Amino acid sequence: MQAPYSELETLSLTAARDRVAAGTLSAAALAEQHYERIAAIDPAANDGINSYLALTKERALAQAAKVDADAKAGNPLGPLAGVPIGVKDVLAMRGAPATAGSKILQGYHPPYDATVVTKLEAAGAVLLGKLNCDEFAMGSSNENSAYGPVKNPRAMDRVPGGSSGGSAAAVAAGLCVASLGTDTGGSIRQPAAFCDVVGVLPTYGRVSRFGLIAFASSLDRVGPFTRSVADAATMLEVLSGADALDATSSAEPVAKYSAELAKPVAGLKIGVPEEYFGEGLDPEIRAAIEKSLDGLREAGCVIEKVSLPHTKYAVPTYYVIATAEASSNLSRFDGVRFGLRSEAAKTLSSMYRDSRDEGFGPEVKRRILLGTYALSAGYYDAYYRKAQQVRMLLAKDFLAAFAKVDAIVCPVTPTPPWKLGEKTADPMLMYLEDIYSVAASLAGICGMSVPCGHTAAGLPIGVQVLGAHFHEATMLRVGAAIESRQNGAGQ
Amino acid sequence: MSATATGAVSLEDVLHVAELANLALTAEELPLMARDLNAILGHIAELSELDTTGVAPMAQVSEVLGLTPATHGETLRRDEERPSVDRAAVMAEAPESDGRFFKVPKVIER
Repeated sequence: MQAPYSELETLSLTAARDRVAAGTLSAAALAEQHYERIAAIDPAANDGINSYLALTKERALAQAAKVDADAKAGNPLGPLAGVPIGVKDVLAMRGAPATAGSKILQGYHPPYDATVVTKLEAAGAVLLGKLNCDEFAMGSSNENSAYGPVKNPRAMDRVPGGSSGGSAAAVAAGLCVASLGTDTGGSIRQPAAFCDVVGVLPTYGRVSRFGLIAFASSLDRVGPFTRSVADAATMLEVLSGADALDATSSAEPVAKYSAELAKPVAGLKIGVPEEYFGEGLDPEIRAAIEKSLDGLREAGCVIEKVSLPHTKYAVPTYYVIATAEASSNLSRFDGVRFGLRSEAAKTLSSMYRDSRDEGFGPEVKRRILLGTYALSAGYYDAYYRKAQQVRMLLAKDFLAAFAKVDAIVCPVTPTPPWKLGEKTADPMLMYLEDIYSVAASLAGICGMSVPCGHTAAGLPIGVQVLGAHFHEATMLRVGAAIESRQNGAGQ
Repeated sequence: MSATATGAVSLEDVLHVAELANLALTAEELPLMARDLNAILGHIAELSELDTTGVAPMAQVSEVLGLTPATHGETLRRDEERPSVDRAAVMAEAPESDGRFFKVPKVIER
């Protein structure tokens, strides 16, 4: 692919900030280079990647000018000064579109900023635009977006993963240096694995969700995509912390994640859950994870088996809880206060129904129906309450494991990225792809995906590192150790 | 597609749930949704293998960490006035509004 500024594909966050701070490259020029590259390889109309749904150029260039003026004047610069970043379209940026990948929010411009958006800009980041995703973050392939699927930049006939497919693809293709995604059942870790980038799921409560369009509130989290673990640590440091606007955000102190990375991993105990290496795991992925474990062993980690005995129940538990919460959260889309309203309706009740019918895609309808069914009279105890009880068992599996080990290492996905259109006909087949990611979501622990090699066909493979609640620092250290072995292997 | 454990969800059930959820389903959508729901619920039925007698339901992550209001205090903000989003900016997003109120079609059908 002939595209301008291909060096942007490998530009690190630190290098970008250092150049802006040193004045060797202005923040404005860096933003413009990204926009030129986006124009060349992203538009769907030219068979591009389709990662951006909207560009926020005016706001980006105003911020870049401010950073450049500060750099020139010798004023102190934030940790993300001049760094071009993309934002998943489920997060609010004042005045910019926020469709959540849905037709029902077409034309909506939120009148406020998400807290994570405010924090990124306060740290000097230049926000380039809004990134494509599965509708309301529901999906594992980005094919549920009302605005067309995103292509995987590493294999253009394949899915980038979902639901944060645009966020992962944009970082992989050099269309932003880092991005924000959200993860409810794997939506950061899985696309990171599919697109060969780093993706972090912070502990539940670690990062504010004010300004996030809710899918399943007891599960939804916001986290970064980057090209390295060090960049992820920098992003997480900026994003984390209590927020008065989000009562579920935690007051737990935020560690200096980037400084923590320097600590050696020798002596850390790494748990390997046998339940994550069973039938259905692609042999090339298994081999890549085992190689990562060998690397950790050589770095002085102690590898031991752990058991997460309720793992096989994670997918059914997740699809009850997530859809039940979604059916409640998505009831706010009714054509009254924002977004799409059906023109045909003559009465209020038909206006609700018709607006939702026209606005929601099939997967969103399917999940609303399933969730409504699970919560309806006569079924609540059998489905929702039962799932909440199994969720407790799944969470306790992890607490017991983390009493023995410092981190857990396992696959992110059972298969490499599949072809566009390959799995759209059978929703259950798609749900089973979430088998290694949903348990950590239900338990509320932190996790990340780190690139760990490629299949013989050249498709990316990610390894998942899971950490105990609020132990992001340990998780990132293990991730960095895997990454440095990987880079050392010169693949 | 495998048969479901119970085959429990009928077309009428799907219509009923759709009505509860304010969703209209077309004649083509209805049987497909019934098929998918049965397949998914068949998989979810695996949960009934587990004896969960005496297991507390987990609604929030804080519960498994023992972070309850009793031990760690309330997270509610202080009950005091503070600025909110500008009304005009909010109303400008409505499909139909007179600037103060949201306008909707008539509520009672005659």
